[in-house]
Amino acid sequence: MENMHKSLDPRITRANLDLEEQIDPLNELDQFQTYEVFHQKKRGQQHVHVGIVHAPNADMALLYAKEQYARRGVTSNLWVVPSSCVTATEYFDEDIFATTAEKIYRDPATYKVMDRIQAFKERQAQKS
Amino acid sequence: MYGNAYIDPNDQRGKTIEGEDPVLLAEFEARILAGEKIEPQDWMPQLYRKQLIRMIEQHAHSEIIGALPEGTWITRAPGFRRKLALMAKVQDEVGHAQLLYSAAETLGKSREAMINDLITGKSKYSNVFNYPAITWADSAIIAWLIDAGAIVNQLANSKGSYGPYCRALERICYEESFHLKYGHDNVVHLATGTPKQREMVQDALTRWWPAIMHFFGPPDTISVHTEVLMKWKVKMMSNDDMRQQYLDMYVPKIWDLGLVLPDPNLHKNEETGKWEYTEPDWEEFKRVINGDGPCNAERLAVRRMAEEKGRWVRRAILGEKANYTVPFA
Repeated sequence: MENMHKSLDPRITRANLDLEEQIDPLNELDQFQTYEVFHQKKRGQQHVHVGIVHAPNADMALLYAKEQYARRGVTSNLWVVPSSCVTATEYFDEDIFATTAEKIYRDPATYKVMDRIQAFKERQAQKS
Repeated sequence: MYGNAYIDPNDQRGKTIEGEDPVLLAEFEARILAGEKIEPQDWMPQLYRKQLIRMIEQHAHSEIIGALPEGTWITRAPGFRRKLALMAKVQDEVGHAQLLYSAAETLGKSREAMINDLITGKSKYSNVFNYPAITWADSAIIAWLIDAGAIVNQLANSKGSYGPYCRALERICYEESFHLKYGHDNVVHLATGTPKQREMVQDALTRWWPAIMHFFGPPDTISVHTEVLMKWKVKMMSNDDMRQQYLDMYVPKIWDLGLVLPDPNLHKNEETGKWEYTEPDWEEFKRVINGDGPCNAERLAVRRMAEEKGRWVRRAILGEKANYTVPFA
């Protein structure tokens, strides 16, 4: 034990590390697959996408999601969904949404009837 | 916790935008100029991708390695509340690494490849963590003044152009505000305590000051040309500008406690509004970041032990149908 590495951390000293020894590199999937995490603050609110976790299965993904995304504030519920299950639009197709703003007939504020009602009422009053 | 990305001045790779499609490049730059975020599926120049991977990866490694000097003090924290707070802080840092690895992997480098580059010493991490936290007061100085530096850097970078990195940083900054308060509380406790406690925190501050001055990286006069990275909002502030902002915010708070900074030249020039100081030893910085610091070997050996000893567990729980998908955002 003469060459034992002495650390400031007694736990590391006890681990008796070899400072030079290299290890085999991590293989593919060593860090598992990814899950998308959705977080609901309070009952009744929407679940909101907050990020991902790496996990070997859904149960572990929930556990990691709690540790990662429920560390502050309030949480009432979490969902995890395998990233491979998500289908998304493409950013280069972003212009498919651009015409929404032009469709003013979908905007309640563009429907103005009060002046016509007023004019109608005035006409009716003149008739009588 | 993280300073500024260390860019090797001798690395010729990725200094050029030669060969990029001029039309796509113009669209990309216009988007950034307009304040829009770049998302992983967007076209981006190779240099942008490469520098972001390097920067976010270094940042993630710094969180992982940064947990070690502070973790050393968990078992010996004075009092139960401080022990709980320190455990929470250290766990936060490891969580921040997870968030950052996730942001980096959207750019196409796998988490396994990043960890491999960390444990072989190929990737860098924040240089300050190659120094030991010798006493409890060192851990207090780290939690206050190193985290404060990290917050200056991270707040600037959270206004950057890459969406996944900005989102990760917003969450990180939100969580780190507690680290700063916790660290300040610990320093104030010692600085307003017995003569022995004051001496302890003063010693720790004296020890850590050069590392704090190193934290934001070499001065702009000897830093690598970063104009294009600033234009692309990869780098948001120059090293010196960040250091100035930091000194402005924290030197008065340190002096408030009657503590002494080990630099007789440190003062604010009232005419220029800039802090003047003795440059720290940048040769030492280079030497330590390239492997020759008091703790480099131990930090990486601990990381290798963790990777290797956990490997059989990860293999045992990996589902047979496991199949990696690059996260969307």
